Amino acid sequence: AFFIFNQKGEVLISRLYRTDLKRSIADVFRIQVVSNSDVRSPIITLGSTSFFHVRINNLYIVAVTKCNANAALVFEFCYRFISIAKSYFGKVDEEAIKNNFVLIYELIDEIVDFGYPQNSEIDTLKSYITTESVMSNSIAPEESSKITSQATGAISWRRGDVKYKKNEAFVDVVETVNLSMSAKGTILRADVDGHIQMRAYLTGTPECKFGLNDKLVIDKNDRTGASDAVELDDCRFHQCVRLNEFDASRTISFVPPDGEFELMRYRATSNVKLPLRVLANVNELGTTRVSYDVSVKANFGNKLSATNVVIRIPTPLNTTNVDCKVATGKAKYVPAENVVVWKIPRVQGGQECTFTAMAELTSTTTRQVWARPPIDVDFQVLMFTASGLIVRFLKVFEKSNYHSIKWVRYLTKASGTYQIRVRWSCAFITRYWLTSACCSTDLVLRLVMVYVTLRSYAI
Amino acid sequence: MSTQAGQDAKFFQRGKIQEFRAELQAAEVKDKKFIKRKTVLKKIVANITMGNDMSPLFHDVVPCLGTPLLEIKKMVYLFLVSYGKSKPNEIHLVIPRFLEDCNDRNPLIRALAIRTMSYIPIPVVTEALTEQLRHCLKDRDPYVRKTAAICVAKVYTADPRKAEKAGFVEMLRDLLVDPNATVVSNAVAALTEIGDRTDGVFFKLNLSIANKLLAAIGESSEWGQIYILDSLLRFVPERHSDAEMLAERVLIQLNHANSAVVLTAIKILLYLMNYMDNRRLIEHICKKMGPPLVTLLSSGPEVQYVALRNILLIIQRRPTVLRNDVKVFFCKYNDPIYVKLAKLEIMYRLAREENAKEVLAELQEYASEVDVDFVRKAVRSIGRLAIKVEPAADLCIKALLDLIETKVTYVVQEAVIVIKDIFRRYPGKYEGIIPTLCEHLDALDEPEAKAAMIWIVGQHADRMDNADDLLDDLVYTFLEEPVEVQLALLSASVKLFIYKSKSEKAKELVHRVLKWATEDIDNPDLRDRGFMYWRLLAINPGIAGEVVLAEKPAITTDSDRMDRGALDQLLLHTGTLGSIYHKNPETFIRNAAGRALTDTPALNPNSRAVLVQVARTQLPPTAVNIPGPGPNEPRSRKPEPPLPAKPAPPLPGEDGDAEEGGGGDEEENGDETEAVLRPVAVQGDDPYAGLDQLGALGGAGYSADNPKPKGDEDLLAF
Repeated sequence: AFFIFNQKGEVLISRLYRTDLKRSIADVFRIQVVSNSDVRSPIITLGSTSFFHVRINNLYIVAVTKCNANAALVFEFCYRFISIAKSYFGKVDEEAIKNNFVLIYELIDEIVDFGYPQNSEIDTLKSYITTESVMSNSIAPEESSKITSQATGAISWRRGDVKYKKNEAFVDVVETVNLSMSAKGTILRADVDGHIQMRAYLTGTPECKFGLNDKLVIDKNDRTGASDAVELDDCRFHQCVRLNEFDASRTISFVPPDGEFELMRYRATSNVKLPLRVLANVNELGTTRVSYDVSVKANFGNKLSATNVVIRIPTPLNTTNVDCKVATGKAKYVPAENVVVWKIPRVQGGQECTFTAMAELTSTTTRQVWARPPIDVDFQVLMFTASGLIVRFLKVFEKSNYHSIKWVRYLTKASGTYQIRVRWSCAFITRYWLTSACCSTDLVLRLVMVYVTLRSYAI
Repeated sequence: MSTQAGQDAKFFQRGKIQEFRAELQAAEVKDKKFIKRKTVLKKIVANITMGNDMSPLFHDVVPCLGTPLLEIKKMVYLFLVSYGKSKPNEIHLVIPRFLEDCNDRNPLIRALAIRTMSYIPIPVVTEALTEQLRHCLKDRDPYVRKTAAICVAKVYTADPRKAEKAGFVEMLRDLLVDPNATVVSNAVAALTEIGDRTDGVFFKLNLSIANKLLAAIGESSEWGQIYILDSLLRFVPERHSDAEMLAERVLIQLNHANSAVVLTAIKILLYLMNYMDNRRLIEHICKKMGPPLVTLLSSGPEVQYVALRNILLIIQRRPTVLRNDVKVFFCKYNDPIYVKLAKLEIMYRLAREENAKEVLAELQEYASEVDVDFVRKAVRSIGRLAIKVEPAADLCIKALLDLIETKVTYVVQEAVIVIKDIFRRYPGKYEGIIPTLCEHLDALDEPEAKAAMIWIVGQHADRMDNADDLLDDLVYTFLEEPVEVQLALLSASVKLFIYKSKSEKAKELVHRVLKWATEDIDNPDLRDRGFMYWRLLAINPGIAGEVVLAEKPAITTDSDRMDRGALDQLLLHTGTLGSIYHKNPETFIRNAAGRALTDTPALNPNSRAVLVQVARTQLPPTAVNIPGPGPNEPRSRKPEPPLPAKPAPPLPGEDGDAEEGGGGDEEENGDETEAVLRPVAVQGDDPYAGLDQLGALGGAGYSADNPKPKGDEDLLAF
């Protein structure tokens, strides 16, 4: 069964595909997940019934089954549903779902049959599931068989009759850098999740060939020893790419879907160039003050620049006020999130920015445990790839032999993935709080509080 | 195509049957473009969604099928799918309409009609469908054929014997060689579904069909690829070369963008490897599997979770996979808790001497986070690391002592529990820290931690001057303590007495405890043990000493490794729910099909040695009832009879064989280098197993906090 719930647990869409489940199963989900404040798994199994859920914008996309379902398939389907809905309605929230519920019923009748996902290519779906009223006797048989052959065909992702005046293809190489740096400055983990997004506006059924760096090592195991080579640990392709050809000759050839799609996803862990170097120094001065010293250095050529740099520096929960001094950008203490947000609109390659601050703390003894979150940096660097990946060529062959224009863009970014742990140069703060609490009469109360939270898990 | 936003939200209002009926009647006249009808039907569909019973409108809604508007037809069909089943006496009214649509010129409508009919499992409808379905399975349009293939699975579910009689299974089989890949993959899906039923037909593939299916993979949709890959489990290789050839063809699917395709391909590869002989190829495949598995970790958190739970199984069976990749499993601060917990488990599995330091540093970091469960598991993992990797033990102990200094109660308790095991693993090495532990005696309020501490005091009473005072304090609340603490107190006071038989205090203490245990306690376990000790002490204290303080078998981390036969079997469920819970699906899902490797000449001898047959046991109709509603119990201490919390083969008596076989995998192939990772172990004599029965480890060993299905059917009784 497939359901969509809103945050209150109201059913927005409900479709049962099998007779072994009843509509009332929705109530079980509402009680077990929506109204449960401590859900610790996206999969819940009660008896023989399993609930899978994915959350998006306060909605729950839910699949329910009584079989030993393929969990990866179920979640991939939920993700796919979300992307189809995004493409149809622009956004996926309660309003959009309610406004289009009839269309959604049509869609989910089409893309799942008896619990088996069927053709879910957005382009094809849009050719026959539309918001326009269609007279059932008005569709010409040729038209409909064109649709059906596309929906079941070898190139189910592309219509054959695409025409453009100007043939263009845009390639966006987008890399997300994951960094986890220890307080001592050693890199625990640095890797790149890259994806190559393509927007193809090409006439007919074009055959494309795609070329990356000359010195590209795709399988670490066939490493040649060249140290300047770009090494990809793994890559995954859109279903249009012929995997057997890639396997045999490492060429990426495909017939692209019309419009925007993700051609390729890859991962690199070696020779990752970290665009921003962050150094942090945090000192506890007595029990009521903490000083911060943070510097950010742009580690790339001075022709490039990082934009939208946002550095989030966590502060203790009992911070009352933070006095920040910055030479570049703006820094502001956000009490609701217990962070200082330092925003720099642009950092030129090679430039170094510094931040100093003093946080004032209250000296209450009833404090919550604080997990000392890492400093988190978000940024974007255009025309830079952290992995060093470059697109060498994109060739388009089509029988009418038209000329096509290709564009390439590179972007390296981080959002919530670039984390630098902080060392507190005094005894670390949770410890300090707890030991100080030990001397006070609040001790018993505090311990009891911790104990209560613990028990609530163990019931 | 327009992406204009719909405006249908206004229909989400509870409506009355009477009103809708009147509106539908009003729509029969003067309804240009059928706008009125469409509106009412939308209101009705919205009410169905909200769970309001609209079935009384059956007679009013059905005539709308005459409207030549596709949208209306689909809504009426949706109405019929929802309520058709409850109208067995009226449904015949719609059948002529259905039949008309089944013969429509438009293939989309033909498919829609049979699809809808097959969702209404009522004899009249099925009867009418049978004839149509036979045509549709041979329709010249592939879209109709692929829909018809799934219809067969539905018809079969409703009435297996009838579907067989109608010859549908044979027709499905013919579709396996259909020129259209989508049709093939749906036929495969339908046959798999039928083959998985306990009352279904036997579905097996031969080599030539398996090859044809693989050829169709290139042209099928991503979902179709999954169905086809999945069905390859039904091909049983008779020769090594068959398995090897298929595996090489499956291997390229590892580059697919859909994680379910990747995991299913991995499932097939793991399966086929059991039938291979070529070590090089096996090594090659293992190498190839690693990177795609890591890439799954950049998917959404839900898929990451599925991947992590599976990786945990895979690395136990094929230790070379991801051997050097422990770093990718380090937790990010903002990972969801279920991802963090799953990563932690894998980090521990991948820890060995070379990376122990890094892993320990991470674990220490996690121990200062806020989530209680996560912190506990991190602390526990530090202890397990000490037991697993001897050279790291010193550092681990130091880390644990630092953690105890934080005085956070649950951290201290968790640390005490693992330190007890470390004492057992390295006797005589770390006893120096006992005084530090004793300082925190008052913080211990959980039975498991308290029992662990009492054990430590009792076991080392000879080296502690104040042991008698400590125990004296501890027994003060003897009668109020839970059984596991009482048992620990009983043994500890006996030990104390044996060590210090001259001490009046010890004598008085043991007397007091034995008296309580034998006179005031109802628990037979405790009472009998009390009697036993008492008599032992009375008859011959010397022998009592030998019994109570007998040398204990060395502790190892072996017991948290699953045995290979069970792993081989579980890995046949890679990617599915069974792999999330690490349980064979037939043990927790009613009517789920079990799987097992089939013995053929090609089966690897080591796999054969540990072969586990499928237990065709059905779940008892009334599943055993355990906890009430509430959050998933992370550390349940109650017994759960139908679901052994420790990985155990489903057949009783199988244990011993499997264990011996487990030892055998050291000789096997270059791909199993596990021997290096293991501490010296006494095979088949698992000291933890015994402790478990005493409840000393919290009933379920270290895997107690793993995710598990709740066997609570009552929650579903709505």
